[in-house]
Amino acid sequence: MTIGSVPSKFRVSVNHDQCMLCGRCIENCPYGVFRMENNQIHINSRQCVACHRCIAMCPRDAIDIKERPVDYRSHPVWTPEVREAIYNQARTGRIILAGMGNAVDYPIIFDRLVLDACQVTNPSIDPLREPMELRTYIGKKPSRIEFEKMNGDIELKTALVPNLQLETPIMIGHMSYGAISLNAQQSLARAVKETGTFMGTGEGGLHESLYPYQDQMIVQVASGRFGVDINYLERGAAVEIKIGQGAKPGIGGHLPGEKVCADVSCTRMIPEGSDAISPAPHHDIYSIEDLKQLVRSLKEATQWKKPVFVKIAAVHNSAAIAAGIARSSADAVVIDGFRGGTGAAPKVFRDHVGIPIEAAIASVDAKLRSQGIRNEVSLIASGGIRESADVAKVIALGADAVYIGTAALVAMGCRVCGTCYRGLCPWGIATQRPDLVARLDPETAGKNVANLINAWTLELSELMGAAGINSIESLRGNRDRLRGYLLDEAIMKVLDVKPVGA
Amino acid sequence: MCGIIGVIDRSSHKMDGSGIKSALAMMDERGSGEGAGYVAYGAFPEFKDYYAIHVFFDNIHEIKDTVDRELSKWGEIVFDEEIPTYEQPNLRKVHTPWRYFFSPDPLLMPRSMTPEDDIVAHLVMKINTTIAGALVFSSGKNIALFKASGWPEEVADFYRIEDYDGYIWLGHNRYPTNTPGWWGGAHPFNLLNWSVVHNGEITSYGANRRYIESYGYKCTMYTDTEVVAYLFDLLARRHGLTPEMTVKALAPPFWDEIDCMPKKEEFINRAIRLAYGPALMNGPFAIIVARPDAIIGFTDRIKLRPLVTGELGDRLFISSEEAAIRVMEPDVTDITMPRAGEPIIGRIVA
Repeated sequence: MTIGSVPSKFRVSVNHDQCMLCGRCIENCPYGVFRMENNQIHINSRQCVACHRCIAMCPRDAIDIKERPVDYRSHPVWTPEVREAIYNQARTGRIILAGMGNAVDYPIIFDRLVLDACQVTNPSIDPLREPMELRTYIGKKPSRIEFEKMNGDIELKTALVPNLQLETPIMIGHMSYGAISLNAQQSLARAVKETGTFMGTGEGGLHESLYPYQDQMIVQVASGRFGVDINYLERGAAVEIKIGQGAKPGIGGHLPGEKVCADVSCTRMIPEGSDAISPAPHHDIYSIEDLKQLVRSLKEATQWKKPVFVKIAAVHNSAAIAAGIARSSADAVVIDGFRGGTGAAPKVFRDHVGIPIEAAIASVDAKLRSQGIRNEVSLIASGGIRESADVAKVIALGADAVYIGTAALVAMGCRVCGTCYRGLCPWGIATQRPDLVARLDPETAGKNVANLINAWTLELSELMGAAGINSIESLRGNRDRLRGYLLDEAIMKVLDVKPVGA
Repeated sequence: MCGIIGVIDRSSHKMDGSGIKSALAMMDERGSGEGAGYVAYGAFPEFKDYYAIHVFFDNIHEIKDTVDRELSKWGEIVFDEEIPTYEQPNLRKVHTPWRYFFSPDPLLMPRSMTPEDDIVAHLVMKINTTIAGALVFSSGKNIALFKASGWPEEVADFYRIEDYDGYIWLGHNRYPTNTPGWWGGAHPFNLLNWSVVHNGEITSYGANRRYIESYGYKCTMYTDTEVVAYLFDLLARRHGLTPEMTVKALAPPFWDEIDCMPKKEEFINRAIRLAYGPALMNGPFAIIVARPDAIIGFTDRIKLRPLVTGELGDRLFISSEEAAIRVMEPDVTDITMPRAGEPIIGRIVA
């Protein structure tokens, strides 16, 4: 043990004058920070992950958490994170796992883009008094409409394929049962039903208790094929093939056996306690034509009644890949940016692989338009959508709709502590431990998530109204209504936006 | 602001330009003296089978040869002339307006169903994007277009529009915010047989432009009205939609209204919105579009700009203001105010 222990990340303290020894902190902390000795709360700060459960539950506001109370000698290159990663790997010789999304301090493009509003030459529209349309259809659209005259009547000759009808362009992305708890999935399901939108099942099958919400569910087919059978496909409103994920492009997934309880094992269709390993590629998709076949197979299996999405991580060549997908029978391409969250990913992937969603959507949209195939697919943006302004901006860059993930979890209480991979989530979200799961009440949490979607939808209406737009179609790809603020010229060219003042 | 007016004689009886000049001058309050224009359909009976390609030249000596050569690559210049103009005290002639009567060779665009139109559309885009100092501002058959920077009456006198006869006239009085003083920015905008006058600002311009550009159109006039002409060309000419259907695509009913329609109507409206969502025009506008057999007036979906119509005999008038119509036709009857998004269509019957 030459390296010795590193400073603890957090220091927890209890104000004993405030504390009434109710013991709620002890009950609530699954990491074992608190214990009662000699009629006083004792603390082991090293166990703390800053999930804030204790703070949220303390009736007396007696608890304080400080980040990095003892820091390293500061150095701009050899940051504490870099040093600790080395200590960690020197000890273990292993890949470092991390949770949530990209934690490197890259500039956030969304925060360097500003939206437009009307003044004088055109009136802004008041959404309280005028209709404001956020309804969005996801799926293939015809590039033109043809009519024919039948006995003097005009009949539509062009056939329409099934689309998903969203009342708001905000959907909830794929988080599987296993990665998150059943109560968490049920909360999200209630929220999407209430707000007229959709959610993804993730690669974890569809639990029976979610059947009542199946019309709002996008079922996922990923490289492990967990939980996939004809019953699953037929129940979903749409099917999504997951090729990659923004948090870890190019690699597969791993649900540790400890999380595979009896119920998860049934839903995923794997033995209880066994690791669920999704391989990096789909072993039946080694090329774009293989993908096309899988899309068609899923279409055939569901009698061409359901839209099929293909999700890819935002990587350097996303535009060309998306153009390839658009040429298959797929109805939508999901692009997951490098800020996308995850329960667990190798830190090196989470932080260093992939590109931001803003640039990816802009280049995909431009590529599809230049090839005249933008109508062939809908574009769904995900990975780092934090607020309604991000939704407006990414739609103006060319997306049809967004998936949110982390934001929906935060609406259920998640504090972004990034410790999902330990399976001890004190908020009952990223855990399968029954006592922790029971902390999350689907009715309350569902309402919270629905509130968030409704609030963002209201804000989006106001932003559109201020920009003199009363239909989301007129915002989509309308990059004239964006300006870049302190973005470099090369990025602005990719985004096809002008600088502020221009 | 801007003031617009259009008139069609449904029996194709022609009117000279004096009426529309006084009507447009009536709406001087809506302009700023920095742009006005007129278009007349049926103005060149002796050349009616040829495309009347109108060009603004910055410098006739430098550029015209290049344009002549470009046109000659694709067909024959049957006749060309400088558009006659008459000096006005307050109007500075910054361009030389020219018109060609052009006959494209259809064999040069073998795979097209409408080779002649496609050749001319291609030439318009080519000249406007690659030949600096030349701007094609009109390209239809039997259509005369007059525009410049000035008050409506000055522009009318500059071209002496009372010397031209048309069975359709459109006029536009401009209050520019975008490209003041630039002749190319004045209305009407034209492509092939389509002419457009527009009052308003299209807030969806970016979305519409990106949509139309993926079909090969290039926006070269730095103003939002241009996309209207191209959208009509794409939807009504290339996609073959009726004027009613085209207006439904550009200013569609709200989803709540569509949801309550009878089944078949609902299905058609839903299909149009799904296919032509990117063509939907948002923001305040009143627009009059002309083509050789009809004029079409419509406003945005919540009617943020005025539009009134009037009729007398074979004549249908559409304008920003009733007063302007009354100047042109004091005995006009049936003054109506169309509802938001409702198309007003006047068709040639004879």
